[in-house]
Amino acid sequence: MENILQYAITGLSQGSLYALVALGVVLVYRANRVLNFAHGDITTVGAFAAFMLLAAGIPWWLAFFLAILLGAAIAMVFYFGILIPAQRREANHLGMVILTLGFGLIMQALVLKFGDLEPQTFPFPLSDSETFNIGGVVISHLSLGTLIFGILGSFGFYLLVQKTPIGLAMRATSENLAAAQTLGIPTRRVLALSWGLAAGLGVMAGLFLAAVLFLDPPFMMEPFLKGFAAAILGGLNSLPGAIVGGLILGVAEALAGGLISVAFKNTLAFLIIIFVLLFKPEGLLGTEFIERV
Amino acid sequence: MDLIQSYSEELKLIRKPWTKVWVWGLVLAVFLLPTYTTDAVVYIATMVFMLTVGVLGQNLLIGFTGQISFGQAGFLAIGAFTFGHLSMLGVPWALALVAAGVMAGIFGFLVGFPSLRLKGPYLAIATLGFGVAVYQIFANSPVLSGGRMGLTIQKLEEFWFLNMEQTYFYLYFIIAGLFVLLTYNIVSSYMGRAFIAIRDNDIAAEVLGVSLTRYKLLSFAISSFYVGVQGGMLALLLGYLEPNMFTFLTTIDFLVAVIVGGLALVEGSILGAAFVVIIPQLLSEYKEAVPFIYGVAIILVLIFQPLGLAGMWLKMRLYFRHWPFR
Repeated sequence: MENILQYAITGLSQGSLYALVALGVVLVYRANRVLNFAHGDITTVGAFAAFMLLAAGIPWWLAFFLAILLGAAIAMVFYFGILIPAQRREANHLGMVILTLGFGLIMQALVLKFGDLEPQTFPFPLSDSETFNIGGVVISHLSLGTLIFGILGSFGFYLLVQKTPIGLAMRATSENLAAAQTLGIPTRRVLALSWGLAAGLGVMAGLFLAAVLFLDPPFMMEPFLKGFAAAILGGLNSLPGAIVGGLILGVAEALAGGLISVAFKNTLAFLIIIFVLLFKPEGLLGTEFIERV
Repeated sequence: MDLIQSYSEELKLIRKPWTKVWVWGLVLAVFLLPTYTTDAVVYIATMVFMLTVGVLGQNLLIGFTGQISFGQAGFLAIGAFTFGHLSMLGVPWALALVAAGVMAGIFGFLVGFPSLRLKGPYLAIATLGFGVAVYQIFANSPVLSGGRMGLTIQKLEEFWFLNMEQTYFYLYFIIAGLFVLLTYNIVSSYMGRAFIAIRDNDIAAEVLGVSLTRYKLLSFAISSFYVGVQGGMLALLLGYLEPNMFTFLTTIDFLVAVIVGGLALVEGSILGAAFVVIIPQLLSEYKEAVPFIYGVAIILVLIFQPLGLAGMWLKMRLYFRHWPFR
C-alpha cells in the first residue's frame, strides 16, 4: 500500500510536467487546429539557452525567465514568419502540420550546432537527492517543487484563460475566427500570443525535465510524445482535459513501471493513445467533433 | 494539359513520341550507369532505388489518399525484421521480400482501421503511436530483434560478371522499375481515382459510391506493402539489422521525401527519394546541417512550390512548350 502511494506521488510530479507540455499542445491546437510537432524542439532550444546563460554566470531566476521569453519569441516568429505566409497560400491541414515538423528540424539542427553535445547534468536550484519524508512516503525536493510548480502553473494558466479579457479573446478566437474578427478582436495577435504562451509553458516544463534527465539534444522527444498522449487522453480541444490527462498519464506510468515492468512503462502512453482514439476519440473532457458537409 | 480523346489514351503512360524518346534515353542512361561511374555512385543510386519503393508507398497514402501517417518507420521495421528472420531460416530472398511486404501490408491493414473513424491530427497521432510502439517492442525484445548483436543477414552473391555493387544495382533497378509501373497503373485505375476522391472529400466520395472502408484500408495496406518491401531490401542491402535504424527520424525521411519530391506525383517520389539520399551524402562532413536543410526545404516547398521538385519540373516543361508565349 505504501509502495502504491509512493508511486502515485512520483507519478503526480511527473504528470504535472506532462500536463504543462500537453497544455501547450492543446493551446496551439485550439488556436490553429494544428498539431505542433516543433513543440519539443522549441522547448529544447529554451533549455539549452538556459543552460548557456547559467554557464555564463547569470542568476538562475533571470536565466530561466530569459529562456522562457526566448521560447515564446521563437514560437511567435514561426507563427508570423512561416505559418501566416503558408496560410495566405492556402496551405491545407497536412501542410501546416508538416511545416511545424520542418521548423522542428531546423531547431534541432541549431541545437546540434550551438549546444554542447555531451549529455550533461543541469544545475538546478532544487536538489534531486535531498528528500522529505512524509508519513513513510519519500519525496525529493525537486519532485515536490515540480508538483507545486506544475499545479500552480496550470492553475495560473486556467485563471488567465477563464478570467481575463485576453483569455476571453483567446477563447472567442478559437471558437469562431470570423466572428471574432468581426467583433474587432485582433485575432492574429491573439493567436500569436497563444503560440507564445504554449511555447513558454513548454520551456518551463523542459527546465524541470532537464533537471531530472540529462540535457542532450533529443532529450525532449519522449516527454513531448507523452505530452501528446496526455492531450489526446484529456481531449485535444480541452484545456482542463490536458491537465487531467497529464496527471492520469503520469500516475498510470509510475504504477505500471513500479508494479509491472519498466519496459512496459514506456509503451503504456502509446497504448493509451491507441485505445482512447479507438473508443473515445474526443478524449475524457473534449467535446465531440461534428463535421458539416 | 493534353487533349485526351479516348480512355485508352488516358491509360497510356507516355502520350507523345518525343517524350518517349527522352524517357527511354533516361532509362538507358541509368541502366548504363555502372559503366561510366565509380562503385560509390552506383551504391548511392542503389539506395535511391530502394527508397523510391517506400516513398512511392508513402505518396500513395499521403499524396493520393490524403491520410496522414507518421508510422512508416514501424512498417519498415516489420518488413525488415520479417525479411531478416525468414532469410536466417534459409528462405530464398525473393520469397522473403514478398513475405516482408505482405507482413507489413497486414499490419497496415490493421492500422488502417482507426483511419475509418479518425481524421487529420488524430490519425497522425494514432499512427505516430504505432510507429513508436513498434520501435519499442523491437528494442525491448531480444527474440525479435536479435538482441544486442542485431540480426546478421546473408547478402546477395555476385551475379555472373557483375561485382557486388552492380548486382545490387541491377536487382534494385528492376524492383524499383516494377513498383513505379505498378504505381502508375494503380493511380490511373479505378482504385487510384477512388483514392483521390477520398482525399478531396471523403463524404462526397462515399455519396458517389466509393466504399470508404474498402479503399481506406486498401490504401493503408498497399502503402505499407511498399514500405515493407523496402524494409526487406534494406535488410538485404546492409546485411544486418538493429532496432535503432527505425526511429521517428526514419519516418521524417519519408515525409521529407514525399513533400520535397511532390505530393501525388509518381515522378516526385523518385526525385524525393534521390533528395533524401543525396543530401546526407553531400553533407557527410556537416552532419548537423542535414536536418536544417530538410527543414528549410520543407518550408520553402510548402510555401512557394506545393508540388515540390516534380511540380517545378512540370512547370518548366510547360514553359518551354509554350515558349515564347506564357
